[in-house]
Amino acid sequence: MTHDSSYKPRDFKVVGTRVPRPDGLDKVTGRARYGADMSAPGQLVGMILRSPHAHAEIRKIDTSRAEKLPGVKAVITSDDLPDRVNGRRDMLDILENCMARGRALYDGHAVAAVAAIDAETAKQALKLIKVDYRKLPHVTDVDEAMRDDAPVVQPWVRTPGGDADKQTNVAQVSEFGHGDVEAGFAEADLVIERSYKTEQTHQGYIEPHACLASVGPDGQGELWVTTQGHYTFRNQCAQLLGMDIAKLKVTSSEIGGGFGGKTHVWMEPVALALSRKANRPVKLVLTRDEVFRATGPTCSTSIDIKIGAKRDGRITGALAVLRYQDGAFPGIWGMLGGMTAWACYDLANVKSVAYDVLVNRPKVAAYRAPSAPMAAFAVESTMDIVAEAIGMDPVDFRLMNAAKEGTRASYGPTYGPIGIRPTLEAVKHHPQRKVKLGPNQGRGMACGFWFNFGGQTCSTVNIGVDGTVNVSVGTVDVGGSRASLSLIAAEELGVPYENVKCTIADTAALGHNDTTEGSRGTFSSGMAIIFACRNAIDVLKARAAKMWEIPEEEVEWRDGQAVAVGVKHDNLKPLTLAEIARKSPNTGGPIAGHNEAVADGAGVSFASHICDVEVDPETGATKILRYAVIQDAGKAIHPDYVEGQMQGAAAQGIGWALNEEYIYGKDGRLQNPGFLDYRIPVCSDLPFIDTQILEIPNPGHPYGIRGVGETSIVPPLAAIGNAVSNAVGVRMNHVPMSPPRILKGIKTQRQADAAELGKASAG
Amino acid sequence: MTVAGVHVSTTINGDAVEFVCHPGEVLLDALRNRVGLIGAKEGCGTGDCGACSVTLDGRLVCACLVLGAEADGRAITTVEGMADGERLHPLQSKFIEHAALQCGICTPGFLVAAKVLLDRNPNPTVEEIRYALAGNLCRCTGYDKIVRAVQAAAKDLARDATRKKKTRSKKAA
Amino acid sequence: MRYEAPTSTRDAVTLLSRAKGKALVLAGGSDLLVRMKGGFVEPELIVDIKRIPAMQAIKKSASGFRIGAAASCAEMGEHAALRKAWPGVVEAANLIGSDQIQSRCTVVGNLCNASPAADSVPALVAAGAKAVVVGPKGRRTVAVEKIPAGPGKTTLKAGEVIEAITLPLPKGKTGDAYLRFTPRTEMDIAVCSAGVCLTLGRGGVVEKARVVLGAVAPTVVLVAAAAKAIVGTKLDDEALAALARACEAACVPIDDKRGTVEFRTDVAGVLAKRAARIAYQRAGGK
Repeated sequence: MTHDSSYKPRDFKVVGTRVPRPDGLDKVTGRARYGADMSAPGQLVGMILRSPHAHAEIRKIDTSRAEKLPGVKAVITSDDLPDRVNGRRDMLDILENCMARGRALYDGHAVAAVAAIDAETAKQALKLIKVDYRKLPHVTDVDEAMRDDAPVVQPWVRTPGGDADKQTNVAQVSEFGHGDVEAGFAEADLVIERSYKTEQTHQGYIEPHACLASVGPDGQGELWVTTQGHYTFRNQCAQLLGMDIAKLKVTSSEIGGGFGGKTHVWMEPVALALSRKANRPVKLVLTRDEVFRATGPTCSTSIDIKIGAKRDGRITGALAVLRYQDGAFPGIWGMLGGMTAWACYDLANVKSVAYDVLVNRPKVAAYRAPSAPMAAFAVESTMDIVAEAIGMDPVDFRLMNAAKEGTRASYGPTYGPIGIRPTLEAVKHHPQRKVKLGPNQGRGMACGFWFNFGGQTCSTVNIGVDGTVNVSVGTVDVGGSRASLSLIAAEELGVPYENVKCTIADTAALGHNDTTEGSRGTFSSGMAIIFACRNAIDVLKARAAKMWEIPEEEVEWRDGQAVAVGVKHDNLKPLTLAEIARKSPNTGGPIAGHNEAVADGAGVSFASHICDVEVDPETGATKILRYAVIQDAGKAIHPDYVEGQMQGAAAQGIGWALNEEYIYGKDGRLQNPGFLDYRIPVCSDLPFIDTQILEIPNPGHPYGIRGVGETSIVPPLAAIGNAVSNAVGVRMNHVPMSPPRILKGIKTQRQADAAELGKASAG
Repeated sequence: MTVAGVHVSTTINGDAVEFVCHPGEVLLDALRNRVGLIGAKEGCGTGDCGACSVTLDGRLVCACLVLGAEADGRAITTVEGMADGERLHPLQSKFIEHAALQCGICTPGFLVAAKVLLDRNPNPTVEEIRYALAGNLCRCTGYDKIVRAVQAAAKDLARDATRKKKTRSKKAA
Repeated sequence: MRYEAPTSTRDAVTLLSRAKGKALVLAGGSDLLVRMKGGFVEPELIVDIKRIPAMQAIKKSASGFRIGAAASCAEMGEHAALRKAWPGVVEAANLIGSDQIQSRCTVVGNLCNASPAADSVPALVAAGAKAVVVGPKGRRTVAVEKIPAGPGKTTLKAGEVIEAITLPLPKGKTGDAYLRFTPRTEMDIAVCSAGVCLTLGRGGVVEKARVVLGAVAPTVVLVAAAAKAIVGTKLDDEALAALARACEAACVPIDDKRGTVEFRTDVAGVLAKRAARIAYQRAGGK
């Protein structure tokens, strides 16, 4: 059945209200079960041995002593995870990331694993495994990795379009844009060129990766796991282990944060392989150290920006060259940086050239609007420099060049109705812009863009005989979506919110659902639920017709009731959903609706942020005084959780901007794999984060929903950089803008000023 | 491996509890794996995230930085002990009402820490709340709604306290 | 591995000196249990000192304060008389970690962990604190600055434990202060730090001074030249500048994940100046 997915304005009854979330009670009482909170009878403890080297050949692994330790039930290496994907590159990369195959590619790369009766025994067993390494030269910096003489991370990689015989670390080169940038620069009154670097950051979810795996010799298995996509995990694990997809049931636990870091498998295939070998359930929970060294992070980058503009503020040419490191395996991260860099603007001549580069660091995973924050830092910092150079207010400068409906985006498509201008207008009139700043204080703003994704989605609605409603979805609830999705079902069926119970179904209960990424949860499952409800309403109408003994065509659904239409049915009292449901055993059995589709029509999303800072000129410390987020969210189904996404994303961006970074030593080992020295913002670091939701409906969704989860991590880096620049006159081109970097900037500036003064007085 | 276990007699959420643990085992593991209380979470294992916050003889601690053996003869409270039967503690209700949780993994730790704060300081300023909760990391919310929920709970508790006082003085009269 | 919780200092010393393998003292555990978790130490014996009465209390007497080795930093913050007499020491102790850590951590643990970045140590040294050391051969009292020997190393001999820290009663117009630099407002280790204790003479002139820096050398540094730079002054700008220069000159830091040599040196001077101003005010100077 095809459904109309276009937006239809309507007066919502429950959508848009701030109802309590259904999983709230479990989560405030400690009952909610996350990845590490499940147990199985006879379970073993799984642990992983990891490489202490950034790059090394593994000459031999001797597991014999570990195997003999009493209480050890299984020891595995890559020999136990043979290539069952016929060399399919993307899957083989995932497999090799799960367990090193002949070479350790980064500090923390798994090389062996054990399952034992308890944690103490497992720990002892790891110590008894002897690995014979031959250290190889390594590279961890993206610019160094691009040099001709750099150590090669993956011998099979060649630069596309380059020398077919030459090993290289450049796995992909992508270009986007239109017009003629050189002509644009020639036409400009001034051209500004700047270079930037951003360091690697981690998603920093508080819950480490954890799973409980159980596989038997009959080829059947179960996996309880903290994941953003249990269907994807099922498919990946089944392929990597040579299992039938239907025989591996994956259940998504409550998830303690993911932000993109739980979108593909890490140690889950290892846990399954251990379980299969031991023929017992295996629980495998990563330590925080392992989470930092071997999962997640996003790229570090090096970016060059060139903008040409007329004195009146019109941008005539825009060029970005972006180098993103993907860790030890190729990704699409540089490409996404190239696509998003100029997406906020309406440009006649624009170009991005993006490189995906391999280094000896962990495999990069998605991190909330992956790749966009770094590109936006470079672009939006340069935008401010250009605005200042031509003497224009930075908001007016952006407004003059902002994209609008009909603009051809730098990455190809033509925009429908979008919200970049309204967010900029809101910034312009925001009360925060009127607050007077004190000494060493500064104000900055920046814009950000992110795509939304639709993807494969599947949902079932089951109506109980008492008129209450079960909704099953296959997207994971990463931050309150069960509340939003229940609201949508309640709205569509015309029942109270309290009568709806939304469950994240396991992989045996629903068809495939794509991973909860790309801000798709509420958009796509919301759409599937609307259509599943409409499907159920058709059944409800048919049952009402049967009860009334009238033709189905003469029944309509209005406000949660079946209404018989036409003069001759005047005597028939409308039947409520509950009344029809009560009779369902006798009118044809259970009433359900379902929908399986690819959710098309995802919109795009924009945000503009304002940030006030105070910088201590003697220490370089930056304090965030005030912060405001303005975002086009489409229809806000549950405004509390929309605000929560905006605030959380901004906070992650603030941490990234100021203090978070992976610090690698000369030996290529990560020096700060813990929450003490990987400094995510604490409660006392942040002010209240003001939010303003703009509801510009997405024309591709019946309720006008856009994804809201990611966009607001994009502007903070540049907003803070611009604010710091305004506070102390130092332009920061390296993120994080940690106190040592800012203080050094201030000192360099002072020395330059003094030299200038000396020159002037000498002259 | 054979290691002599330590026999521990303790009180958890008011109940007498006994368990045997490895001498080097932390209280968090004992609570989760031996007592069956999974409300306290391990986010880091090094005292840097506060997800395992519990109280030990009334003081707020990270259960990952206490040995199980140290609990002998002492009193522990966890998030599981916060509600009074069916009645949630005001902090618990306000966290739900104010959407102060997204993924919820840090929530038990925040609730335990916030309760210790409000028990000691019933009317904290925003700054006092922020510093008292600085040992609890949240990666989802930006802390905004958490701080507001704690403020709201403080107000609720103050109102309850005044009401109780009034009833008491009425009774006395 | 064994766990023991003796009830007297003597029993603790006996356990420690008779242990066959590595024996370690557990006070607050906020350093030890982290090191055990990371696999950096694997003790054969853990001696929990928190059930020893002589180590539990914070006591004030005519000669000064005695802070038991097992008294938590939170208890120091709750001790009104100690807070009034040595606000800098208490602030330093209270800066260690979160409220969760405060409930457990101790200044003796902070001292014996022997990190150059220990928050309480510069303040204790500035205040002239002493450590009461008990060992198989009896007890001795040593200046706190004599305990750390380098990162992770102390001058304590086998079987020795610190039973308590003593602080004198502040004499005359004395004030102390401690400041540290951390990138975040909480939950961080000092990138560098400064503890200052001043005694003022007539007319607000600095009569005695102790200036101590943390995290800029293998151990905390008592900077005599910095004290000299401000003694005899009313802490005017010139004196403060000289103090900062002396502090910078005393720094021999390292570049590491927490800060650079340049940053630590610059900021140590800034913090010493700021701490000196606070100490001066607390001593009654204007």
